[in-house]
Amino acid sequence: MNAAPHQTLGEIWVYLAASPLLGLTLTLLAYQGAVWLNRRCGGHPLANPVLLAVVVLVALLAATGTPYQTYFDGAQFVHFLLGPATVALAIPLYAQLDRLKRMAGPLLVALLAGSLTAALSAVLVGKLLGASDATLLSLAPKSVTTPIAMGIAERLGGLPSLTAVLVILTGILGAVGAQGLYALMKCRDPAVRGFALGVASHGIGTARAFQVGEQAGAFSALAMGLNGLLTAALLPWLLPPLLRWLG
Amino acid sequence: MLAAITLLLLFQLAGEAIVLFFALPVPGPVIGMGLLFAALALRGGPSPALRGTAQNLLQHLSLLFVPAGVGVMLHAQRMADEWLPIVVALVASTFLTIAVTALVLRLLRVHEDEQT
Repeated sequence: MNAAPHQTLGEIWVYLAASPLLGLTLTLLAYQGAVWLNRRCGGHPLANPVLLAVVVLVALLAATGTPYQTYFDGAQFVHFLLGPATVALAIPLYAQLDRLKRMAGPLLVALLAGSLTAALSAVLVGKLLGASDATLLSLAPKSVTTPIAMGIAERLGGLPSLTAVLVILTGILGAVGAQGLYALMKCRDPAVRGFALGVASHGIGTARAFQVGEQAGAFSALAMGLNGLLTAALLPWLLPPLLRWLG
Repeated sequence: MLAAITLLLLFQLAGEAIVLFFALPVPGPVIGMGLLFAALALRGGPSPALRGTAQNLLQHLSLLFVPAGVGVMLHAQRMADEWLPIVVALVASTFLTIAVTALVLRLLRVHEDEQT
């Protein structure tokens, strides 16, 4: 064989990329590298591990000309765990049961208002600025925690992978901007601050709320769980007629 | 650990079956989550094994979004074409949602305090 070393390396890549092992290993490596970098940045919301890992992996796949499907053949083993993980969300939600019972009325009304605002305002603004239907359907569940949001997008006929990225961006926006907004609104109650952030910005907002305090974090976690359930129940009935009405 | 994972998968399976049977537009794992929540409320909480397994699984929840997130490369053209509506919708909707939720909650709680 008189192949140049870089050709041989290319051949090795092609061989390895054909087996699920590479996609799976790269996913785990990229994510752990991203978590490390996030810690180095003091957990700043802009250095979100998912966003960093996705950027690195997309760049790597694009640079090597590897199709997404080839990568996903390996990464699907990680992806599969989203289902059982969604079911497992019942356990932290159950831990908030006492809080929920104590303030059920106000919390549920605020949840309904916030949940509808999140989905409808995103769809209306997107429609007004000329987004396509597939984009609008992927945008609608953007305030819901990723596994549920992707399930909703799939059910609606949106693009689950686009939804995954929009959800992460929504989480980062809320985590970065909420403190300023609360200062503007003169809103100091940690329960209110946590709950509103959880409705708008799911898990990433909840992680931010826990940095602020235990009570804000608990209310944020409660809001995230409830909003996931409510949006999953409401959107599939609400959105198709709304989009037909908007034309 | 093994029993807890089996339990989670059973609840997911039950959720998927219910969704198929009643042709519901809701994701199967969400129904599974609702069922497990109901079961926990009836039973008075999760077993230590189930709590531990759930904690392990949810501790690395972010990792599970990565494979789907990478799928955004399939939508590069769409993002390039529609970045303006996407960005404006995300920013406006996120802050509007926080404001509306916080305002409603504040109004309702003040109202309750006045009643009692």
